[in-house]
Amino acid sequence: MEKKLKNPAIFVDDLSFHYGEKNVLEHVTMEVKQGSFLGLVGPNGSGKSTLIKCILGLLKPQQGSVSLFGEKVQKFNKWEKVGYVSQKANSFNTAFPATAFEVVSMGLFGKVGLFRFLKSSDKEKVWDALKAVNMEAFANRNIGELSGGQQQRIFIARALVSDPELLILDEPTVGVDIESSESFYKMLKNLHRENKMTLVLVTHDVGVMTNYVTDVACLNKQIHFHGNTKEFEESSSENMSAFYGHHVHVIHHDHDHE
Amino acid sequence: MLPFLKYEFLQNAFLTGIMVGLLAPVLGVFIVVRRQALIADALSHITLAGIAANLLLGKWFAVFAGANPIYMGMAFSVGGAVFIEQLRKVYKHYEELAIPIIMSAGIGLSVIFISMADGFNTDLFNYLFGSIIAVKQSDVWTVFAILVVVLAFVFFMYKELFVLSFDEEQGKLSGIRSNWILIAFMAITALVIAASMKIVGILLVSSLMTLPVAASIRIATGFKQTIWLSVLFGETAVIAGMFLSYYLDLASGGTIVVCLIIILSLSIFYKKLMGSRKAG
Repeated sequence: MEKKLKNPAIFVDDLSFHYGEKNVLEHVTMEVKQGSFLGLVGPNGSGKSTLIKCILGLLKPQQGSVSLFGEKVQKFNKWEKVGYVSQKANSFNTAFPATAFEVVSMGLFGKVGLFRFLKSSDKEKVWDALKAVNMEAFANRNIGELSGGQQQRIFIARALVSDPELLILDEPTVGVDIESSESFYKMLKNLHRENKMTLVLVTHDVGVMTNYVTDVACLNKQIHFHGNTKEFEESSSENMSAFYGHHVHVIHHDHDHE
Repeated sequence: MLPFLKYEFLQNAFLTGIMVGLLAPVLGVFIVVRRQALIADALSHITLAGIAANLLLGKWFAVFAGANPIYMGMAFSVGGAVFIEQLRKVYKHYEELAIPIIMSAGIGLSVIFISMADGFNTDLFNYLFGSIIAVKQSDVWTVFAILVVVLAFVFFMYKELFVLSFDEEQGKLSGIRSNWILIAFMAITALVIAASMKIVGILLVSSLMTLPVAASIRIATGFKQTIWLSVLFGETAVIAGMFLSYYLDLASGGTIVVCLIIILSLSIFYKKLMGSRKAG
């Protein structure tokens, strides 16, 4: 127990990544403590998704290392502890003939293991996850029939169903209407508070995010800021314009979008 | 017993047809949702090269003349399948290139082997278009063995195949060893293609894998239902097609494909009807 509290959920150590000649990440060092809620922000092409994929072991960095719960990602095998929601738009075929229930149940496959089948207790878990995102009424609908926001809820349910300790969301509100994205943020906050889940939220929605997260990291190839939300807000006006260029207005405590 | 089934060769054809009508659509579902419908075509043409190679070798060596060409076809097909997976890695951004490469290699080799063996014979014609008269007892047992292997694979690997078809990333995150499973899946697809060709013919094998799925995907809810409906459509077409083929004296591959097209049209029509009813 003692050890568990000490190990950060994620530790990225001097990580660099390049696609061919193009540097995407340079000497990134970042720590996500267990129980925190990190907002990872950065402009398009800043390497956010690449960093997440390195953290998840889906991409192999040329330099540096990633540890999850104190274990090097290459050796990490407790993937049921980690939930991941990718950018919806480019990750799945919307005409795929699977029901919402079937999609959510996929989240349990890692836990269930090879040559085994889902038990009725597993099905209960799928229902619980569907309830958690308020989608149980849509369980038997094909995923392609649902709206973008509903689909995204299903993917979150899939990530939640294995009861992860760490949930990583890569721009989950892209393509989701504002109303559902707000209830979505509230749901995340709830998961963080009630379930003591460690959350990493990748977003470019800087204003809304600061109302919910405990820590912020700004990435643009390198980490430009890494600290708690209060420090971020104090330094943010000069930080942000240097970081994003001059056309960005940071909106605090205000859910209206421009 | 049906008069249709009084001859042994028809019993053989019928049994093989029923097994193939189950196998091809089951694998077809995974192939279609992975957007690889053309892989079946590529593999069937490489299978043809195997058959032609066997015919050629049969002229030179007595051993091959006695052997069922289906085995050589399978060997080529499985080799081609493994090769496709490797090519997909070489051309990461042009994965679909693997298909025309293997397909043209298959046709090229076939043509060379056929010309070296002094041309076409009826046997080869039967492999191309399917013939229920040409199914032997040994084919039935071979297809049965394939049936057992394939159903066991799909049954035990269902979760893994399902996740990998839906999104490979999630599969890797669940700790699924995707490379191994995808290669095994391709090899199994190759076996099913070799098994199906006696009935539907090499040129039409892919239709038995893709058309039932194309029909069921329009109307099914959920993945399991898509599989069941595909099998239902596949079996219906195979059985109806074989009856028509026998009574009207037509090539079985063609009648089965026409039956599949009719089923497909009905499912599209049904969906339209339901859609307009919902809207109205």
